[in-house]
Amino acid sequence: MENILIKTVDLTKTYLVGEIDVHALKSVNITIKKGEFVAIMGASGSGKSTLMNLLGCLDMPSSGDYFLDGINTSKLAQNEYANIRNQKIGFVFQGFNLLPRTTALENVELPLMYDRLEKVKNHKKQATEALKRVGLADRMHHIPSQLSGGQQQRVALARALVNEPALILADEPTGNLDSVTSVEVFNLFQKLNDEGITIIMVTHERDFAAFAKRIIEMRDGRIIKDALIKDRLNAEEELKRVLAEAEIAE
Amino acid sequence: MKAKIILKVATKSIMKSRMRSLLTALGIIIGVAAVIVMVAIGDGAQKKVEEQIASLGSNLIIITPGASNTGGVNRGSGTFNRFTFDDVAKIKNEATLIKGVSPIVGSGGQVIGGVGNWFTRINGVSPDYLEIRQWPLESGEFFTERDEMARAKVCVLGSEIVKNLFPNDDPIGQQIRIRSVPFKVIGVLKEKGQSAVGTSQDDIILAPSKTVGDRLSGDHLHLNSIQASALSSDKIAATIAELKSIMRESHKLNPGEDDDFTIRDQSDLSEAATATSRILTILLASVAGVSLIVGGIGIMNIMLVSVTERTREIGIRLSVGARASDILVQFLTEATVLSLTGGLIGVAFSFLMVYILNHYTDQSAYIKPQIIMIAFGFAGAIGIFFGFYPARKASSLNPIDALRYE
Ligand SMILES: Nc1ncnc2c1ncn2[C@@H]1O[C@H](COP(=O)(O)OP(=O)(O)O)[C@@H](O)[C@H]1O
Ligand SMILES: [Mg+2]
Repeated sequence: MENILIKTVDLTKTYLVGEIDVHALKSVNITIKKGEFVAIMGASGSGKSTLMNLLGCLDMPSSGDYFLDGINTSKLAQNEYANIRNQKIGFVFQGFNLLPRTTALENVELPLMYDRLEKVKNHKKQATEALKRVGLADRMHHIPSQLSGGQQQRVALARALVNEPALILADEPTGNLDSVTSVEVFNLFQKLNDEGITIIMVTHERDFAAFAKRIIEMRDGRIIKDALIKDRLNAEEELKRVLAEAEIAE
Repeated sequence: MKAKIILKVATKSIMKSRMRSLLTALGIIIGVAAVIVMVAIGDGAQKKVEEQIASLGSNLIIITPGASNTGGVNRGSGTFNRFTFDDVAKIKNEATLIKGVSPIVGSGGQVIGGVGNWFTRINGVSPDYLEIRQWPLESGEFFTERDEMARAKVCVLGSEIVKNLFPNDDPIGQQIRIRSVPFKVIGVLKEKGQSAVGTSQDDIILAPSKTVGDRLSGDHLHLNSIQASALSSDKIAATIAELKSIMRESHKLNPGEDDDFTIRDQSDLSEAATATSRILTILLASVAGVSLIVGGIGIMNIMLVSVTERTREIGIRLSVGARASDILVQFLTEATVLSLTGGLIGVAFSFLMVYILNHYTDQSAYIKPQIIMIAFGFAGAIGIFFGFYPARKASSLNPIDALRYE
């Protein structure tokens, strides 16, 4: 089908730890359409990150197939794998994973450097645009250690966006952030999703999952629940509410 | 990635960790400079020896009395010191491959003149002698064939004599007394410096051979040796063969009878002398080589630590779409830029050291271009290899494993 972005078939990941097999992911089948906003939840160790890494082409499954945009990625060579990471996916990590001692702008430019098609001629301009989208135009020349956690995560998001990917994957993007900053990040996610970018994020807080459109729950490497969200929260309004609350508290 | 971007990324990386880069480069700088300077000192010594040998006259052939292959065996007085002016005349008439020939009639004694007296060596030679020894005059002129025939009492002084007897005025035209025999000074030789064995070559007086034979040597028939110069250095062997047959004929030796003379060219002497200085070069080069290896181990250590430290960076780059080859090229470029910069600074440093050495000591260190290339290449290769190897390890990881690396 034309508008299916992600399809996994019996996706399985087994880690060998010493002599023991750890079954992190057991025959996972999911289908995600273009334009969806999916929240993945589940207890720690349930296999969320493992699934995200496979979907982000950062790791290879032990067995099963992963179709991204109609391409069976399990059959790809290493270099094509790298191309997919570069072209189709933007990954946001819990720990930001920015290059230290490197300005926000240069961090955001990084994916453009590895774009073999050289779609973008003016890296600086494109990276500046991306930073504007996450509201950090005024922090372009700051290095990560001069930025707050929320700002760093927004730089990471700008980096994920800069190549205009079809898919943004975020593994506990707000795990290291306070709640106001978290809502700010979700606000950005919702805006990007409104612009048509498919988003899959992991979160362990049910409140935050409500910003998504669909929720998938995992346990022991399996999907145990997959449902659409009925009372979806609008992050913009939520942000106003929490900011007002914070003012009252003061 | 474009070359320009690669280079930019590499230089930025280097600048971002200045201390680490400096330490890495320092190993290369010291290694390269040490090797170049050490070898330059050795080469300088060798070159000096070679120059001294060349200053003897590279086409010089020396004929001395006595057989070379009889060692200390006494073959009777008749076989020894039988060189005469007739031998020289015969060579002059018959040899076709020589530029010139000169008898050497050696004498020595007290010389009085100028400001005092001086004990020195007096060699009786022919007008060809300067040509044979490639020894130009500083001033005045050399004696001629006519002076020889007339047994003229003229002489030419070495620079050492001038220094000692005529420190203030021009010796030309002055009279000196060699062992009470008055001689007129007609020329001064250019300074030649020390010989390969370390004695001054300028402490000498040259006079017509027949004059010395008659007036000073006491034996007016016999010569100490004969010196000749070959027309060209690649015909030395043929020249020696020719001289040998002339000398045998002149001495009426029967076929089968041993030579009663020895002919040597400069190759024996230069071989012995260069062998000694080559040992010095090898010794210095091995000390320097050890320092380069120690430097290399330092580079390796820093590179290994740095790449391990940067596994996370590699993970980040991989996760945004870098290929393993992109990472490799980046690290290789970094290592190359670092090594080349370090190498260049090392070369510059070695030039400075050599300059200081030559300026403030009596060394005449001399940098051969090949050594620069070797030291540079070796240090570079070490830097690149030890930067490349761990980077390859890291870039072959899954992005997620590289990111997780502790
Ligand atoms: N690199 C790894 N090596 C071995 N075991 C791993 C590795 N990564 C994850 N696991 C194991 O796989 C399971 C799922 O982990 P993970 O996907 O990180 O869970 P979650 O993100 O849901 O907390 C856990 O039991 C974890 O210990
Ligand atoms: Mg996780």
